[in-house]
Amino acid sequence: MKSHVLSQLRSLEAESIHIMREVVAEMQRPCLLFSGGKDSIVMLHLAVKAFAPARVPFPIMHVDTGLNFQTVLDCRDRWVERTGVQLVVASVQEGIDRGLVQEEPNGSRNRIQTPVLLEAAEKHGFDALFGGGRRDEEKARAKERVFSFRDDFGQWDPKNQRPEIWNLYNGRVHQGESIRVFPLSNWTELDIWAYIEAENIDLPDLYLAKEREVVERGGMLYEVNDFTPLKDGETAQVLSTRYRTVGDANLTACVESTASTLRDVVEEVAAVRLTERGATRGDDKVSEAAMEDRKKEGYF
Amino acid sequence: MTTTLPEAGPASEPHNEVVSGDLLRFATAGSVDDGKSTLIGRLLFDSKSIFADQLESVEQVSKDRGNDYADLSLLTDGLRAEREQGITIDVAYRYFATPKRKFIIADTPGHTQYTRNMVTGASTADVALILVDARKGVVEQSRRHTFLATLLGVPHVVVCVNKMDLVDYDEQVFEQIRAEFTEFASRLRVPDLTFIPVSALVGDNVVTRSEKMPWFDGSPLLSHLERLHVASDRNLVDVRFPVQYVIRPQQNDARDYRGYAGTVASGVMKPGDRVLALPAGLETTIESIDTADGPVDEAYPPMSVTVRLADEIDISRGDMICRPNNAPTVTQDIDAQICWMDESASLVEGKKYAIKHTTRWARAMVKNINYRVDVNTLHRDEDAEEIKLNEMARIRLRVTQPLFVDAYQTNRQTGAFILVDEATNKTVAAGMIGGSARQY
Repeated sequence: MKSHVLSQLRSLEAESIHIMREVVAEMQRPCLLFSGGKDSIVMLHLAVKAFAPARVPFPIMHVDTGLNFQTVLDCRDRWVERTGVQLVVASVQEGIDRGLVQEEPNGSRNRIQTPVLLEAAEKHGFDALFGGGRRDEEKARAKERVFSFRDDFGQWDPKNQRPEIWNLYNGRVHQGESIRVFPLSNWTELDIWAYIEAENIDLPDLYLAKEREVVERGGMLYEVNDFTPLKDGETAQVLSTRYRTVGDANLTACVESTASTLRDVVEEVAAVRLTERGATRGDDKVSEAAMEDRKKEGYF
Repeated sequence: MTTTLPEAGPASEPHNEVVSGDLLRFATAGSVDDGKSTLIGRLLFDSKSIFADQLESVEQVSKDRGNDYADLSLLTDGLRAEREQGITIDVAYRYFATPKRKFIIADTPGHTQYTRNMVTGASTADVALILVDARKGVVEQSRRHTFLATLLGVPHVVVCVNKMDLVDYDEQVFEQIRAEFTEFASRLRVPDLTFIPVSALVGDNVVTRSEKMPWFDGSPLLSHLERLHVASDRNLVDVRFPVQYVIRPQQNDARDYRGYAGTVASGVMKPGDRVLALPAGLETTIESIDTADGPVDEAYPPMSVTVRLADEIDISRGDMICRPNNAPTVTQDIDAQICWMDESASLVEGKKYAIKHTTRWARAMVKNINYRVDVNTLHRDEDAEEIKLNEMARIRLRVTQPLFVDAYQTNRQTGAFILVDEATNKTVAAGMIGGSARQY
């Protein structure tokens, strides 16, 4: 007699697929936010599985900060080619050129991508945006709903969220309002990696270790390239590194690692003792409440 | 060490020893100061699920505040508003894993006014963790949380008698609380009740067995949670498959495909099974149960699958697939226990709401408020005319179209619904069909 117990990864997969189908069934015009990072790729993979053998019945949107790693763009294009999904690109550079947003002094386009995202969502009439956020990432995310209600300014009010009971999601919105949907809410970083390995999911090669020329700044390792060139007085060194997260190329640091295969990465993540954002994202270090503030403005 | 990539193609069950177990969801409840956040912090910390930078940040903040020890509650008290007020104001989800299981914690605040959050957290929980302060014993809130957990059909209740260090690890204190709690719980349907004496602050019986309480012969909390048998809690008897979405590819390569996508709510489905589609009332046979990785030979909860049927029947979202000799009740009259969750409006007789039950939306009118239940005393007020935020009531609804329902106590999926205010779109109530936690 079979045990009829689903493993934790298959349970998480089933839950995510349920959420995506629910959104497609109930919302007018969903869209999947695709950064090219591992979480958004896992989300797209799940979308493919949720609607097979039909194609993914919604477009993906890439908010292009203009500060992309080339291998991330290449990977994005492979996914588009392979799945036949429709790609919408919202350009931050274009937003800067049009005066919609202004470049920040520290070179981060993380904050200014929010208005670009919101404008594109409005233009296309998207009423549900899938995001790859996970509750284990950061304290402010721990209370995020799976269906996260946004007012007509795209803003999140932590005190005005709908109770979410059982798996009975309520996506009803008025004209102009929208929801963000987080199908990976209950996944942890380790779950994501174990799943990527189990499903052999195509990722940008940044996530795997190789020898890179890097420079140390403020305790973080940045690869020496066009985005982060060597400054006067700095010395580069060659180390085996990999990226744990993929954000703007000018701000995302890598970590020392010899994990050159997915199996190695799973084992490394299982053993690691530093949360991924704390380790590699200069923009989250600013303050403890940084994420909470950005979420209120409409950031994911 | 040689490493090879897994082969592409249909995924086998993940073979990673790091994620080999199943999933256990538990809800915690307790008062503001009975140490719930500390207990969770302790579970995360002692099971090595806390990351170095999180711990550093907690140690720094604790030091800044002049605390003698790292305040583990800072790990879970997430939002700034809460940190400032020192209370937890909403359901927060935490994750940790051991080699045996992955745990999802729904951490809910304990205040009187936040029954709503407790109901939310308990709705999907396999286990409810109730905290009792050893110095204070069973208080009103312990009763309320236990009542709500049983009402929400949580199959296992674990009572952690906390702060044992402050009562000199006295067995008598623990036994007295156990006796009092057991007496109270006997009036409720608690299928499985366990008591564990702990000190979250110093770590007794949380992850490691306490040497201070040799008189306790049970397991520490974490081992108990790791070993808890939850598979048999699921309803594997009554086949219920609410159709979520119809997959009909408008593509040349799959033009004739028509599959009914959904999550198995209960029961075990197999290809070849005779099934009944509701509301059509027509019988057919399961041709195939598909997934993106290929067909499977059976589907059980909570699998998300796509079912193909032998005959063409007009089936759409909101319909239900079950067995001909085991069907849910088809009804437009719903008797239910509800928890009211809206602060701006009350539930009154005659009011209309949108109702979502499984994957079906309809409209419902409140025909009758039978009684309001005082969640502290279980007293029934049969003269209640309106139901306000965080109040529980037994009501009768008339729905515009038939729903396919089971009693919540036998099926947590097909026995549950939500009410949505049609003007504000807010989710205003959680409903449990035919449900009462009182034993008859």
